[in-house]
Amino acid sequence: MSNISGRYAVVGVAETKVGKRPDASTHSLHLECIKACLDDAGIKASDVDGFITNQPLNDAHRSYAVRMANMARMHPNYATDLALGGATPIAMVQNAVMAIEAGMANTVMCVHARKRGTPDPSPGNPIRHGDEHWEEPWGHFSAVANHAFAAQRHMYEFGTTSEDLAHVAVATRKHACMNNNATMRKPMTIADHQASRFICEPLRLFDCALESDGGGAVIVTSAERARDFPKKPVAILGMGQHHPHFSLMDAPSLTTLGGKKSSELAYKMAGLNPKDMNFAEIYDCFTITTMITLEDYGFCKKGEGKDFVKNGRIEVGGELPVNTHGGLLSQAHIEGMLHVTEAVRQLRGNEVEPERQVKNAKAGIVSGHGGSLCMHASLILGAL
Amino acid sequence: MSETSDKRGRAIARVKPFLEELEAKPFWANLREHKLTAQRCNACGKFFTFPPQGSCPHCLSTDYEWKQLSGKGTVYSFVNYHRAWHPSYEGKTPYNVSLVDLDEGPRLISNVIECPTEQVKIGMPVQVVFEDNEDYTLPKFRPA
Repeated sequence: MSNISGRYAVVGVAETKVGKRPDASTHSLHLECIKACLDDAGIKASDVDGFITNQPLNDAHRSYAVRMANMARMHPNYATDLALGGATPIAMVQNAVMAIEAGMANTVMCVHARKRGTPDPSPGNPIRHGDEHWEEPWGHFSAVANHAFAAQRHMYEFGTTSEDLAHVAVATRKHACMNNNATMRKPMTIADHQASRFICEPLRLFDCALESDGGGAVIVTSAERARDFPKKPVAILGMGQHHPHFSLMDAPSLTTLGGKKSSELAYKMAGLNPKDMNFAEIYDCFTITTMITLEDYGFCKKGEGKDFVKNGRIEVGGELPVNTHGGLLSQAHIEGMLHVTEAVRQLRGNEVEPERQVKNAKAGIVSGHGGSLCMHASLILGAL
Repeated sequence: MSETSDKRGRAIARVKPFLEELEAKPFWANLREHKLTAQRCNACGKFFTFPPQGSCPHCLSTDYEWKQLSGKGTVYSFVNYHRAWHPSYEGKTPYNVSLVDLDEGPRLISNVIECPTEQVKIGMPVQVVFEDNEDYTLPKFRPA
């Protein structure tokens, strides 16, 4: 099997205005992403021959990709929906590479929009996680509790504290304050975090991601074709996935997750290691997710995340800027699609607000994490 | 908003177990007799994990039987819910939800009850208790 590292590239990205979007349905947010992404790549809808989406959270049905492609009058030769929770956007990019590598498409658009900030009336049913009926009878209802189980174990195994997690929230907020398209732009202190109420102890309100409306999109094509596009192409250098369990009742560990294996696969494909990463866009549905993933990705040893996230190390200007857009915690929760678009824009080098631009960014890693801490995807992007 | 989702599109929680799940029917039936049971594989001898499934997760054999468990376990992790996601929990917060590792191997999501939430600890030994409801019984745990 030949290594595809560097043979495919992202040539278009888009993100909608995020936050509360009572003006737009999930469908409309997707269409907005499609238009903006085509414009960014300088192509027409008819130039797109592959199309990948995620099912709307509130209305599971048969191919959403075909539905949305048709609304934009794209008639793709390859279309599919992916369902890996917060690992989906990265998996979409990986799937786009595979579709092109397989010869089924040349130019693949991946779109993910989400509507959780304001109502989106739908005639259908929401997507289930899958095992709710083994959780809800005991009063276990939420993603925050799944991650609170992990935080509790991290605290037990490594002595991590709620105040350690606060450093993740504060650094992430600092970046959101520099992002004109971020929901939370009021600076946060460690004391603010510690004063925020428990939602599911040991996690507090400021350990939790936002509930947002918005969307993002990327266009993937081959490296050869990428050079004909107007914007600086960003190469796909490494890809990995790993899914160690499904139910929390099966989890082999709550403090080492799929990210360890997934990132190892991505580093191997890229021929790079953690030290080569100039920044990391880490799926941050909760502060504990960022900390565990930084450890799993080899930026520090297991259990040392609590020290790694301090003293400005994960801020722009620090050793490893993390979530330079403000993440799910403070920019918007679009299930990680904006982690991908942010990484691309950082690597283009001239698109984000100058104060949050990582200087001389050559390579960065992006993580996606979904389900009951069970699904993971990794993507390494870099200069073509 | 539909019958199964709230205004934000989240699935509305169902606090009653789904008793019709084919592979899980014996689990719920045995609980009515205050027996906590799990599937054990006759081919490799190992216990299945929860939720119940049609073949052994270790060797894929479909030859298994439901075995009564000791009901003893330890707390692997726990959380305290400070927010009521379902109306039936209004006024009952904070309440405990725990991952309980049963002595025979399988893990359950359940509640440690008969114990103040601040006294629940990882590694704490617990013992099953049965909470009878009108048409189903839930296994819960108290300090052993």
